Amino acid sequence: MYTQALNITDKIRTAEDPADLARFQSRIDADDRIEPNDWMPAAYRRTLTRQISQHAHSEIVGQLPEGAWLTRAPSLRRKAALLAKVQDECGHGLYLYAAAETLGTSREALVDALLEGKAKYSSIFNYPTLTWADIGAVGWLVDGAAIMNQIPLCRCSYGPYARAMIRVCKEESFHQRQGYEIMLTLCAGTLEQKAMAQDALDRWWWPCLMMFGPPDGESQHSDQSTLWKIKRFSNDELRQKFVDATIPQAQKLGLTIPDPALVQDADGHWRYGAIDWEEFRQILAGNGPCNRERLATRRRSHEDGAWVREAAAAFAAKRAARQQAA
Amino acid sequence: MPTPDTTLWEVFIRSRNGLAHKHVGSLHAADATMALQAARDVYTRRGEGLSVWVVPSNAITASDPADKGMMFEPAESKIYRHPTFYDVPDDVGHM
Amino acid sequence: MTGSIQVNETPLVLYTLRRADDALVLGHRLSEWCGHAPSLEEDMALANIGLDLLGQARALYSYAAELEAAGHDEDGYAYLRDAPQYRNLLLLEQPNGDFAHTMARQFLYSAFADPYWRAMTRCADPTLAAVAAKSEKESAYHLRHSSEWMIRLGDGTEESRRRAQTAVDTLWPYTGEMFEPEDMGIDPATLRPEWARTVTDILSQATLTQPANTWMHRGGRIGRHTEHLGPMLAVMQHLQRSHPGARW
Repeated sequence: MYTQALNITDKIRTAEDPADLARFQSRIDADDRIEPNDWMPAAYRRTLTRQISQHAHSEIVGQLPEGAWLTRAPSLRRKAALLAKVQDECGHGLYLYAAAETLGTSREALVDALLEGKAKYSSIFNYPTLTWADIGAVGWLVDGAAIMNQIPLCRCSYGPYARAMIRVCKEESFHQRQGYEIMLTLCAGTLEQKAMAQDALDRWWWPCLMMFGPPDGESQHSDQSTLWKIKRFSNDELRQKFVDATIPQAQKLGLTIPDPALVQDADGHWRYGAIDWEEFRQILAGNGPCNRERLATRRRSHEDGAWVREAAAAFAAKRAARQQAA
Repeated sequence: MPTPDTTLWEVFIRSRNGLAHKHVGSLHAADATMALQAARDVYTRRGEGLSVWVVPSNAITASDPADKGMMFEPAESKIYRHPTFYDVPDDVGHM
Repeated sequence: MTGSIQVNETPLVLYTLRRADDALVLGHRLSEWCGHAPSLEEDMALANIGLDLLGQARALYSYAAELEAAGHDEDGYAYLRDAPQYRNLLLLEQPNGDFAHTMARQFLYSAFADPYWRAMTRCADPTLAAVAAKSEKESAYHLRHSSEWMIRLGDGTEESRRRAQTAVDTLWPYTGEMFEPEDMGIDPATLRPEWARTVTDILSQATLTQPANTWMHRGGRIGRHTEHLGPMLAVMQHLQRSHPGARW
């Protein structure tokens, strides 16, 4: 997930042979999968490298807001589940970097771009996790929104991305349930706990709707991604799907969606109020509550680990030399 | 300074006895021992494996997609290599 | 604030809690690495070890609850005892420090825990024997993983060797406590030769100097801890303590 908002398709370069382009497009149209060694337009390669690496960055940065509660999880059962979940996010980042690498850019270069502030990641992880209920809300809402976007990506035209997403979706199946269970427990708990759950929903609801990206009218670049079958549903379609799926879940919890304009249409769809797109733009521009902190944390961990990676490389070189000498 | 690249490895896992090892993904590690441990830690967390292989990605020689016609299409016309090519009356039974 | 529980520490309850506290405290420390490890692969590995240890702690706390039969549960032991009621080794509550400290702590403990669990699989108590049988497979991997890292850090670069040596020197005075006699169960002193063999072998492969056996810190087994456990528990326990009786 986490790339929908950020998709910017590169313009097709005219230098490519129209016959190659036509052949490529006909393979896509026939639902054939593109594999790493296949010919592909440079723009397809760049678009995917950017999208998959943004997705990977989002998983890695996404470890931080939830990871902050690992040491404070209020029961051993919750602690184990949360550690397994945040670990999965690391694994998903790893699978996704590997998928991006098949397009010709190394993981190290992709990570460096993130750390230098040149690459984006999902806006959602620039919000803080303030109480334990946020762990419930993140699992329920953020992972719920992620799933909406990730399931269609399992059929993405690029083979390694689609395969990584199949693995991710399989593993993520427990994440949303984990979050919802936390919310259920809080809502059945003390008045303070229920208030904590409502407060978390109040803070996470709108940012989750923003996760799907700008409204279709404004997202100018998704046509090419749709044509290439990287993207199969529009931002608004996925957002609506998420709202429709989530509202009954909130009702079941006895929580109120913080949107006075919310009404159900005759066709069953829930119509939601206006999203504050200025907030979204500000967060993407680096002005969210946690943007600087998240990147600084990633940078610090990366720098702190440099001597360890160097040691492993030095040892590998020494051992190889010894084996050669023997 | 750019972060130096670490060796990329391809991971193959035998999920059940009797099955062949199957490619499951990739990872980075400085040497084979650590690659094997990483493969275990990354790709068998849900009991997916009984045996793991790791192979440096650059040790794999792959066919060129441009050669697809020459490499694979000649086999497509050899339908007599498949049992369904041959007509045997139903009453002969399973063969 | 919720007061601490009072535990009736019969010899078997105490014995069980010591093992459980070891696992929880170290598992908690490892969870602090999640999202911050030197590589994604190592992030996964540390979380796996942490999850193994949390699992061991939970099984042992549940058994202690059953033995004590005082209405306590795993979370009561974890969240509603103060530092002086914790019975873990001082080694395991030491802060993560740099990666060399974390690996040295893991290695020095796993080299002990692995033969310990193996010995405990022969224990007459079927519950403890079952926990040991599961834990022994886990600790074998923890030992292998941390050994490989000790070798790489020691025999890697100048900087990594310096850091690894500092870590071993700093943590060494906490290793004596592992072999203190206990009232029941396995006599840890019997495991010392195997531990020493493993440590000597790996440190020598790592080209590190084994510190001399001088003064050893002790006290964890009777609740006299270093300054590091209190803050760790304050963070860990704060929700349970500030919402008395709430379910999570």
